[in-house]
Amino acid sequence: MLRITGGKVYDPANNIDGVVKDVCIAEGRVVPEVKGGRSVDASGMVVLPGGVDIHSHIAGAALNFARGLTPENYRRALTFSHTPERRAGLGGITPTTFATGYLYAAMGWTTVNEAAVPILSARHTHEEMHDIPILDKASLVLMANNEIVLDLLEAGEVERARHVVAWLLWAAKAYGVKGVNPGGVVAWKSGKNANTLSDPVEGYTRVTPAGIISSLAGIVDDLRLPHPLHLHCNNLGVPGNVATTIETLKILEGRRCHMAHLQFHAYGGDGWGTIRSEAATLAEHFNARTNLTADAGAILFGDAMTITADGPWEHVLYKLTGRKWGNVDVENETGCGIVPYTYKERSLVNAVQWAAGLELLLLISDPWRIFLTTDHPNGACFWRYPELIDLLMHADRRRECLSRLAPAALKRIVLPDLDRQYTLSEIAIITSAGPARALGLARKGHLGVGADADVVLYDEMPGDRPLFGSPRYVIKGGEIAVEDGEIRPVSQGREFIVRPRFDEGIEDFLRPLFQKVYTISFNNYAVEMERLAGAEVHVCE
Amino acid sequence: MTLTLKEQPKVPLEAETLSPDVLAPLAPDAIRALPVHLGKRRLRVDDFFEVEGAAGDELEIRGDAARVKWIGRGMTRGRIRILGNAGMHLGAYMKGGSIEVTGNTSDWLGGEMSGGLIRVHGNAGGQVGAAYRGSVSGMTGGTILIEGSAGLEVGSRMRRGLIAMGGQVRDFAGLLMKGGTIVLRGGAELRTGAWMSRGTIVSLAPIPLLPTFSYSCTYTPTFLRLYARHFRTLGFTIPCDEQEGGYRRYTGDASIPGKGEILVWKPRAS
Repeated sequence: MLRITGGKVYDPANNIDGVVKDVCIAEGRVVPEVKGGRSVDASGMVVLPGGVDIHSHIAGAALNFARGLTPENYRRALTFSHTPERRAGLGGITPTTFATGYLYAAMGWTTVNEAAVPILSARHTHEEMHDIPILDKASLVLMANNEIVLDLLEAGEVERARHVVAWLLWAAKAYGVKGVNPGGVVAWKSGKNANTLSDPVEGYTRVTPAGIISSLAGIVDDLRLPHPLHLHCNNLGVPGNVATTIETLKILEGRRCHMAHLQFHAYGGDGWGTIRSEAATLAEHFNARTNLTADAGAILFGDAMTITADGPWEHVLYKLTGRKWGNVDVENETGCGIVPYTYKERSLVNAVQWAAGLELLLLISDPWRIFLTTDHPNGACFWRYPELIDLLMHADRRRECLSRLAPAALKRIVLPDLDRQYTLSEIAIITSAGPARALGLARKGHLGVGADADVVLYDEMPGDRPLFGSPRYVIKGGEIAVEDGEIRPVSQGREFIVRPRFDEGIEDFLRPLFQKVYTISFNNYAVEMERLAGAEVHVCE
Repeated sequence: MTLTLKEQPKVPLEAETLSPDVLAPLAPDAIRALPVHLGKRRLRVDDFFEVEGAAGDELEIRGDAARVKWIGRGMTRGRIRILGNAGMHLGAYMKGGSIEVTGNTSDWLGGEMSGGLIRVHGNAGGQVGAAYRGSVSGMTGGTILIEGSAGLEVGSRMRRGLIAMGGQVRDFAGLLMKGGTIVLRGGAELRTGAWMSRGTIVSLAPIPLLPTFSYSCTYTPTFLRLYARHFRTLGFTIPCDEQEGGYRRYTGDASIPGKGEILVWKPRAS
């Protein structure tokens, strides 16, 4: 039992905006009242629900490939040495499993969604997530280039495709469906891409990227999954791609969808020399479509690691940078590419990207529909969120950064004209309440009675440090996980998974296909429930 | 200050504290208490070394320190003299100052160093001045002089600076090199300059060349005369008299395609 007294509570989901009140916790939940137990004096502090990251890459085969590809990053990374309370680990651009949990928690984030898991490496991903302490986790599986699903769409068998999607979700013990460059990754296996939405995908006659997007979004809605289709649009990172993104918004008319890392899809121009931010145009279209949510995928200057299932894009990036490149072929499910990248202030393209992320966050008017992410580790590492929050809350900090950009970049962005400053309550929405709602996690992102007791306490006046840099207390599931910057031993987090309905007979359709096209036998494909530590199953009715 | 190794440790000792930057401001007792790591055990400097004299920018290490790693790591000033052998990573990440070794050294001598001078009278191991695994660049400045031989991948991914070898090196000298100079008085084994994109490798002995290096001309580059003068101050000689012969210039590695050069000394037929 725990009582947090005297803190200024920001709980936007319950319309509480800076009210001094007590938060009472018992058995891991927020309760109306407790008698006895420990009391934490939170006077001079602000009290917020624990952060929820809707799009991050924290576990799995691709991340592990990136870790192996860049040993040099660990030589200058933050080290966590082994103590009786804590496991050893390394921070840096792609932190190791234990360090990932400690770094997120030490910043005040308590729930993280791993946004791209090939079903074939789902088992590995769950094993890694098991080793990420403190946090609650969920994962999304890649479907938009799964050849079994695409073959069914080609044959017009949407009904059967729905059963397959549902079966695959349960096989992967995942929480939702991710689409990455629909059709493009399939085409990449023949050295092509899918740059237009209405032309047939390489190797198909009827399947188009537009068809994949609308079918998958429809299937996800029909299955009543708590989180809508989580979409990485076509033409990521390419100058002029805003046209594709707006076309995608139109395709999604009448469907729910979450648009991932929108910043990477908001460029105008027709080449690297003419690239400009079209965040304003995109925000205008996005504001008008309330069926959609998005996360920013903002970039910050410095070292990053681009990891995506979008194999063809990574090849482009490799050709541009001449740096290391990893390419993984995930049988007939998806692909994956990895290229280390450094965002530079003096680069015109990077400056436009930096501005576009902030512009989207500032121009999308409803904070309940745009969330704070950096597409970790693609745009910046998650442990740099406090810097991003600082930029959102202070227009003068943004101006300071703008003064360091190449003058040519200023003509291609609208950021200098934006004076909006986020309030603390809005920050609580874009970092916690909003993403929790978009993920359909009813007990996350708020401090109402019955909510999971994930609470963060920050000093209201942190001096010259960023407000969100170092919380005084992080409470996870009612236990104190971080106290004055020190990690405390707490229970493992749990995993959220969904159990959608499907016709059990679908296995008779899949089994012979597996014998034919997979390197793994059908019986060994699905992740067993015992593999997961503390799974919380959401049954979709 | 003189540190004398009491006896050679059975497993490598990690002693990155042994550098003038760390020792100079400390009292002898504080130096004796500095941590060194033997495997996972954290021990003290005086568990392994007799410490004599006052600390300053001059450090002398005596005894067979072949299993003492990371001496002079990241040093920026001062002088280390090692009377005997030294272990792996000697002078790694070094920025300035000098290190002299009378005996042999091991792998990763001057790994990713950016300045200063390392001089070895005996032999060295592999990866002299090289990039650590995963890094983009190896040494970016400074000088390494080795009178004896060295192992594999000497100057791998080197970007600037100078490595001069008295004896022979093994395979892959100048692997992925993109700048700087390697002088090989005793020649090299196989695949010298593989994947080099820029930089210069000078060999005074005939060496086997990769087929991706092509002959361009025979001459005596002006810069080598300057180098020769610099080398003389270090007690090292390279020929640069056109009466004695010339350098056959090979350019490559064409498989990159690179613009590096290998200069092979060819004495005038008498």
